[in-house]
Amino acid sequence: MSQEIVLEVKDLSVDINVPAGTLHAVSNLSLHVKKGETLCIVGESGCGKSIASLAIMNLLPRRASLTAKTLALEGRDLLSLSEAEFSNLRGDRIGMIFQDPMTSLNPVFRIGNQLEEVYMEHGKGNRKEARERAEYLLEKVGIVAPKERLSQYPHQLSGGLRQRMMIAMTLMCDPALIIADEPTTALDVTMQAQTLNLLRSLQKEFNTGLILITHDLGVVARMADRVMVMYAGYAVEIGTAVEVFDNPNHPYTRGLIDCIPVPGRRKPGSKLGSIRGIVPALVGDIKGCTFRNRCDFSITQCADEIVALKELGKGRAFRCILTPEERKTTLQNPGITQ
Amino acid sequence: MNQLNSQSNNGNIPALECRNVSQTFMIKSGIFAEKQPLKAVEGVNLSVNRGEVIAIVGESGCGKTTLAKMLLGLLPPTTGEILLDGIPINSVSILDIARKVQPVFQDPYSSLNPRKTIKSIISLPLKVHNIGTEIEQKNRVEEYMRLVGLPNRLIHSYPNQLSGGQRQRVAIARALIMEPKIIVCDEPTSALDVSVQAHILNLLQDLRKKLNLTYAFISHDLAVVEHLADWVAVMYLGRLIEFGKATDVFRDPKHPYTQALLESVLTPDASLGLPEITLGRGLPNPLSPPSGCYFHPRCPKSSTECSEKSPLLKKEKNYSIECHLYN
Amino acid sequence: MLNLTTENSENNQADEFEIAVPSPPELMKRRAKSHLGFILGGSVVLFALIVAIFAPLLAPFDPYDQDLTRRLVQPIWHPTGTWKHPFGTDALGRDYLSRIMFGSQVSLMIGFFAAIISAVVGSTIGMMGGYFGGRTDNFIMYLINVKLALPGLLVALSLVSVFGGSIVALIIILSFLFWDRYAVVTRSITQQIRVNDYITAAQALGASRTRIILGEVLPNVMNQIIVIASLEMAVAIIIEAALSFLGLGIQPPTPSWGLLVSEGRSFMFFKPYLIVLPGVAIFFLVISINMMGDGIRDITAPEGRN
Repeated sequence: MSQEIVLEVKDLSVDINVPAGTLHAVSNLSLHVKKGETLCIVGESGCGKSIASLAIMNLLPRRASLTAKTLALEGRDLLSLSEAEFSNLRGDRIGMIFQDPMTSLNPVFRIGNQLEEVYMEHGKGNRKEARERAEYLLEKVGIVAPKERLSQYPHQLSGGLRQRMMIAMTLMCDPALIIADEPTTALDVTMQAQTLNLLRSLQKEFNTGLILITHDLGVVARMADRVMVMYAGYAVEIGTAVEVFDNPNHPYTRGLIDCIPVPGRRKPGSKLGSIRGIVPALVGDIKGCTFRNRCDFSITQCADEIVALKELGKGRAFRCILTPEERKTTLQNPGITQ
Repeated sequence: MNQLNSQSNNGNIPALECRNVSQTFMIKSGIFAEKQPLKAVEGVNLSVNRGEVIAIVGESGCGKTTLAKMLLGLLPPTTGEILLDGIPINSVSILDIARKVQPVFQDPYSSLNPRKTIKSIISLPLKVHNIGTEIEQKNRVEEYMRLVGLPNRLIHSYPNQLSGGQRQRVAIARALIMEPKIIVCDEPTSALDVSVQAHILNLLQDLRKKLNLTYAFISHDLAVVEHLADWVAVMYLGRLIEFGKATDVFRDPKHPYTQALLESVLTPDASLGLPEITLGRGLPNPLSPPSGCYFHPRCPKSSTECSEKSPLLKKEKNYSIECHLYN
Repeated sequence: MLNLTTENSENNQADEFEIAVPSPPELMKRRAKSHLGFILGGSVVLFALIVAIFAPLLAPFDPYDQDLTRRLVQPIWHPTGTWKHPFGTDALGRDYLSRIMFGSQVSLMIGFFAAIISAVVGSTIGMMGGYFGGRTDNFIMYLINVKLALPGLLVALSLVSVFGGSIVALIIILSFLFWDRYAVVTRSITQQIRVNDYITAAQALGASRTRIILGEVLPNVMNQIIVIASLEMAVAIIIEAALSFLGLGIQPPTPSWGLLVSEGRSFMFFKPYLIVLPGVAIFFLVISINMMGDGIRDITAPEGRN
């Protein structure tokens, strides 16, 4: 696997103006994706994962404002790009796959037209070359009889097929980075595994960077090279999938993993672990750790300052005042919270 | 099938029983087309005892939601019988059914009327059935809000002021206030975040023990099903293809479709890769189902027999399967 | 302020964490307070309503009292005008201010009742069609199509000429003209509402159809009905004025704004106030009702999912 960095983001923050004040949707987010690597961003609704991806694509709503130290794709600074240059980049160097393939394909055009359009729009070649590329990619995504499929309309395809079409469409211009936002949430379980398999094998084959945004820890565990757990706009834990799932350092990651029922691991009828409370409203000044009201280990210092990301080396980091060892002692001696 | 577990369990009358239940819709597929029959549910037999959980699983379009509507008495079966405590559902009024069976739906946003307060949403069953005075109704609403873990001060709030988990608790309180015996849960947690899902699943578990409830739990999430269910019914294209004790089915799934479903569950285990599933394309068109076994075009173990003959139902005590491999 | 304090632990079994979201009534109050059009329009309508209700107390003269010695007295802004008749008098010496004040009774009454009656009829029909679907809906669509194919004003004119121009007759005829718009709108909204799970939940409770339509569907359609009602009210006022102007509506000597314009027509060039004043009254009332209706639509717009 090449070690070349495709996307580099440093200190990305997104604020959105809402009637009640300023909503801090994403705060100080730093990440990078290498060629052929899959980074999964996981978190619950409202944690800022989708806003972060829209920020990278420069597709934020108007009332949102973006600040970042670095935002670079293949070494090219994205912050200085004009709107027109950016829209040239989207679909060419960055591809995006959304949750609902029915809304991302235009129902009044044939599939073929839509695929070819992307290719020609970005000046990759003429219609003949576009058609050849489309047929080639449709075969790649496992569609039998690609010629017939290209002349069909989106509503004639099943959900799984549509999502394959979206993957093919994203690959038309051979992008450096694909951002997939909940690509399999709308699909049935049996289609989910197939679609993910396809996405993974194509991404490896084309050596593309992939950011996969999902709330499904199962998908993350099976797909990710590296995982980033987000909570209330902050990245709270980063690491390789194996490290994060086997040895979570942040209490939120631990809680999330305990929440999901795992076949064969528990006796039916036993209780699931749970995280009390809900995600706080991120409006106004944020002070201290945003997770402290739901955390079993919180101490008075948690409310004082914004907790810095603790680097553990080898790309592993977490955002908590206490180390896992210290948290064990907190639980044993409740006196420390005073 | 009714002898499956009902009569074996000390001759108890099952809380809920389906005898050969089918539902056929007449669908017009074009302006000039003849109406075609769409078999949404076909020959379903199942029964479940008081206090047990039966999970109905399958992909979208397998007929599980239609079955749920029939269990709620909203859709009379085209053929067959549904029995509640041994009484056929079509012999009693919808009001009597409502006292015994209540639903909890998937989407906590569309299941609560946005223009009504929590109190009037939860007390609607009492109003419809003319139970109690205004004050008694309010007390009862408060009691059930406590039961499902909703703080009392939300009583005059509107649904838009509640989180998804709280809304689902309101829906559960509304379903429970009539003290029904059976709750039909149609994907009650699939629209919720994982941490909220855990809360709701734990609540459902608690309530079942406390109130001795029977759940018909409709879901596509097998991890959740295994966590909750005593019985599992797997549906494919309107047919019940495998039915048995949850522990048995999960430990040793027999039907190739059940096996595929179980393999598709992505557990959060980073050391495992993605499962290789060879189910091919999606569901066939239910208007013209395949010949023979409905599953054969997607089945990795299909033979010529599968495409020619419909498999027979094979019944055992507490178990049934429809597959040529086991005939 | 980021609110991170958990609620008192009495209830902390719930996933409790306060986000201050206003309830729909609070939200409407808040929107109404900052909606200029609604405030302006509403104030004028409220003013007209007060004038109409208290006209017998407020009006300086009896609007029917003729005094041929004081014919065509000029209004106050004319050099010869007096404070006794601030808006002057008409050709029969009746106080014009009093006639305009009493005229608001006719306009508002016809507008209000025509809008309400057509709202009740049209919404009932529309919600039934949307909720039941199938044959009921086909029949109701047929009724709506028939109504839409009728040339409304011509039918109104001929009906008025047959049944005469009493206020009651006008209200009924105008209601007949207006019900279809309610029916079309409520039908399509009901179709969207019908598929919601809270309707299924009510059905599963054994709730009667009437209860579901009135208790579950109607509250969600109500804002649209009010918006249409306000617009139809404005149209009713204009049509009443037009019919009365043509001599087919309210009959003399009852003061109606349309009739006042018609009566003032022959003096148009040397006593313009006779048609300007009732014309201005119609104009302001109608535009205010429309502004209020627009405001109501903005104020009651659904909150969305968060």
